[in-house]
Amino acid sequence: MEKKGKIVWISGPAVKAEGMSEAQMYETVEVGEDKIIGEVIRITGDIAFIQVYESTSGLKPGEPVYRTGQPLSVTLGPGMIGTIYDGLQRPLSEIAKLRGPFITRGVSAPPIPLNKKWRFIPKVKKGDEVEAGSILGTVQETPLIEHRILVPPDHKGGKVVDVVSEGEYTIEEDVVVVEEDGKKSGLKLAHRWPVRRPRPYQVKLDPEIPLLTGQRVLDTFFPIAKGGTGAIPGGFGTGKTVTLHQVAAWADAKVVFHVGCGERGNEMTEVLIKFPELKDPASGRPLMERTILVANVSNMPVAAREASIYTGATMAEYYRDMGYDVVLVADSTSRWAEALREISGRLEEMPAEEGYPSYLASRLAEFYERAGRVKVLGRPERISSMTLIGAVSPSGADFTEPVTTHTIRFIRTFWALDTRLAYSRHYPAINWMTSYSGYIDSISKWWSSVVDKGWSKVRAEAYEILQREDALKEIVRLLGPEALPDEEKLILEVARMIKIGYLQQSAYDEVDSYCSPKKQYLLLKVFVEFYQEALKALRSGVGLDTIRAMPIIPKLLRAKFEIPNEEVDKLNTLREEMLNEFQKLSGLEVKPIV
Amino acid sequence: MSKGVGGVEYTKVEEIKGPLLIMQGVTRAAYDELVEIETPSGEKRLGKVLEVGGGRAVIQVFEGTRGLSVVGTKARFLGKTMEIPVSSELLGRVFDGLGRPIDGLPDPVGEDFRDVNGSPINPEQREYPTDFIQTGISVIDGMLSLTRGQKLPIFSGAGMPHSMLAAQIARQATVYGEDFAVVFAAIGVQHHEASFFRRSLEESRAIKRSCLFLNLADDPAIERIITPRVALTTAEYFAFDLGMHVLVILTDMTNYAEALREISAAREEVPGRKGYPGYLYTDLATNYERAGRIKGKKGSITQMPILSMPSDDITHPIADLTGYITEGQIVLSRDLFRKGIYPPVGVLMSLSRLMKDGVGKGKTRDDHMEVSNQLYDAYARVQELRALVEIVGRGSLTSIDLKYLHYGDVFEQKFLSQGYDENRTIDDTLKLAWEVLSTLPEGELTKIRSEYVRMYYKGSERGA
Repeated sequence: MEKKGKIVWISGPAVKAEGMSEAQMYETVEVGEDKIIGEVIRITGDIAFIQVYESTSGLKPGEPVYRTGQPLSVTLGPGMIGTIYDGLQRPLSEIAKLRGPFITRGVSAPPIPLNKKWRFIPKVKKGDEVEAGSILGTVQETPLIEHRILVPPDHKGGKVVDVVSEGEYTIEEDVVVVEEDGKKSGLKLAHRWPVRRPRPYQVKLDPEIPLLTGQRVLDTFFPIAKGGTGAIPGGFGTGKTVTLHQVAAWADAKVVFHVGCGERGNEMTEVLIKFPELKDPASGRPLMERTILVANVSNMPVAAREASIYTGATMAEYYRDMGYDVVLVADSTSRWAEALREISGRLEEMPAEEGYPSYLASRLAEFYERAGRVKVLGRPERISSMTLIGAVSPSGADFTEPVTTHTIRFIRTFWALDTRLAYSRHYPAINWMTSYSGYIDSISKWWSSVVDKGWSKVRAEAYEILQREDALKEIVRLLGPEALPDEEKLILEVARMIKIGYLQQSAYDEVDSYCSPKKQYLLLKVFVEFYQEALKALRSGVGLDTIRAMPIIPKLLRAKFEIPNEEVDKLNTLREEMLNEFQKLSGLEVKPIV
Repeated sequence: MSKGVGGVEYTKVEEIKGPLLIMQGVTRAAYDELVEIETPSGEKRLGKVLEVGGGRAVIQVFEGTRGLSVVGTKARFLGKTMEIPVSSELLGRVFDGLGRPIDGLPDPVGEDFRDVNGSPINPEQREYPTDFIQTGISVIDGMLSLTRGQKLPIFSGAGMPHSMLAAQIARQATVYGEDFAVVFAAIGVQHHEASFFRRSLEESRAIKRSCLFLNLADDPAIERIITPRVALTTAEYFAFDLGMHVLVILTDMTNYAEALREISAAREEVPGRKGYPGYLYTDLATNYERAGRIKGKKGSITQMPILSMPSDDITHPIADLTGYITEGQIVLSRDLFRKGIYPPVGVLMSLSRLMKDGVGKGKTRDDHMEVSNQLYDAYARVQELRALVEIVGRGSLTSIDLKYLHYGDVFEQKFLSQGYDENRTIDDTLKLAWEVLSTLPEGELTKIRSEYVRMYYKGSERGA
């Protein structure tokens, strides 16, 4: 029988069609004469509710709906790196070639080029046994990424009965043939996978290696682990996007996914312009050679925004399965939640808080649960990770709204952006009192063994200064700073120095934009030692005003952008200079008689 | 307005409520289709289909439903979505909120017809805005620089001089050549505000390069849904077909959002915050995102929406959602306004996200960004100190604190304040900025590289 239904009702992105009793939940359908893409999201009798991924303007009741029998899927194979996709994995540059600078509906383009030939190097030979997830061979996708061709996770595997020799192949050609129970099947360079189904792995492991971002406040104070989850909520103008761009640019992951769902078009453009120029600190290659963008910006169809996060996560899992550490940043999960709310509203579902559907929390949980450090399927054995970081845009910067409160339940690193800090141009505007990381204990081993044994101690001492300042600020607000004894005033002074000279970091300064772990450690240590020396000096009778006027202070504050990562030894010189100044101070001043 | 009259006519009215007309027995109607409605008295109005199915069509009537009745109302479905004619002849003309001429001149002849909803610009095809626009206003050029293709709203409150500021920008920021145009959309504003703007354009002789769409406070509320779309469709034609640099001013977006809420309420939709529909963000974005530049095209659309924050509340959904979409915001401050400072820009709450790419070496001056950061940083400290002085008095402040307080006053009086007719170059602005910063000791300028401090600092307290 023909797999076809008929439209009976249209309202925005929601369409009802009859004659759909055989349709499956989450099946992809083609709606109307223009065959625009939709997905079945509810079935009542023979009426299917369809969320449509493109504008429904001009669509009429009576037009046909064609079933495809397939869930919404993405194509996974070489050729994805460096591409900017829409929420349905259509390459935007191909859409532009077909339709010009504006996106109009009903356009289709293959996610990866069908006719491009890739140099395939087989890693299996006739007679080998392969299983789901096993590596069949490799393709050099970009100078940075060796693309490993895998047996699809839903394939049974079997005995290799044929394998091509090293050479150039398109993604449509069979490169390996396997036989299982007398059945032969050909495997290609690419395969398809449904976006709403997490790709399977063998076992989940504990995250214990930090994902370094080169951002001091993140790496030192509120670190995230490879395979971890994080959220960055903040009101508008607090710098969510800039921080996420920084993470995407500098994270020490192999492949980076940036999902712009429901945000500004220019932000994606900015990534497209900057990333080819920025160099990966590890390899010196352009960052675009390890980046994939998914852009479903705010004025693109809202249902595709809902799908974009899954499209991104599925592609990311695919690279994870190759054995790579990947990171996905989603900006912004609030706009994704709003897409859910809009569709839910059109379906007249009973709303929970603020009109959001009752399944908001479970959808968020499902999404963040896709993160993890895992032992992947197949052979040879590989351990890799997918880190998920979501921006949250709470309405009115109110962190008690539903998307923020639910997100907090499912993540372990919380980077709280603070409107007040942003107003005073303290960037990144991450509030050091309300943010937290659940990974500090598990990753401190890494810092101690790789960077310096003293890391935990220095971090804790610096954090204590910030905490004490926070408590003192209350008193200052009521009584003024003069009400405090000198030792407490010193706390305020050093906390200010740490804020300006350490926590604040400019994304736009060539030197300051990325701070190496070594520099992070040494810089923080200098500030902590400054405090200890100043306290000693104070106790030995040196006046606070004399300490405040020390010529070393402006130098310490500028060190972050005047000492490059490669010349980190200069921090030791600066430290010497500081200690000398203190020595002179205590030499000059006369100890008071107590 | 319409390309040709035709289409299917229906007469069976099921219900009329608020701005909605619900027709029955409709067999051939498309979602979003344009509908011509004839009232029993023969008057013609326009509407569009919001929902269709099961023989029912929900129609939103732009000019309101007053005078419609169940008997005698006809709805003709025109078989197309709403389009307007576009051509260079639109320059110098005045239209109503739906794009019909109200200046007594004949309908313009369209070189083309465009759907008012437009289509999203492919993000891959956007050109990133990096061209600095000199507005001649120190606080904007120095600290909130505007770039060509940016969308930068003014967040204002009742009675504050947002129109003056927008008019001053429109007057000073535009180079009077063949390639610039101003598109002005009045959305439910009072008559005097629209006429102030019109007069200002006339005085600066920019009126010939302008196109005005006026939906005034006493015009139909639902029309406001269309007004910004009509204006932006026109702007897109000027920018991307004719290659002009277009400045679009939309005032007041709060009225727009209220019209949207009215329809949503009439449709009995589940509301989001403060009764506004859950899709307010997406809907606003479909307007604001129609700004920018496109690869290979000469023109640009710079958008300056104005919105009044109810009770000066920046967390109100309209301001809040706008701030999330636009590339920064200029926030007017009630305190500064009361102090008599013009323009009363509350700099700490204001931001231009694209400034970093529009200023600096080769564009304005190397030190520009750092100077701006230092001005902000110091002024933020001033605000903290002022709060402290309220409680503990000046007595308990250190000498450096007092210097900051002095800096705050000088900043507001010299840098921020400027005349409505005063047009300062970027060099003047940066010179003033250094004068103001030089009231602080040199050691305080930690946001600026030492080399620039050595080059420009003029104060008496030189340090390390």
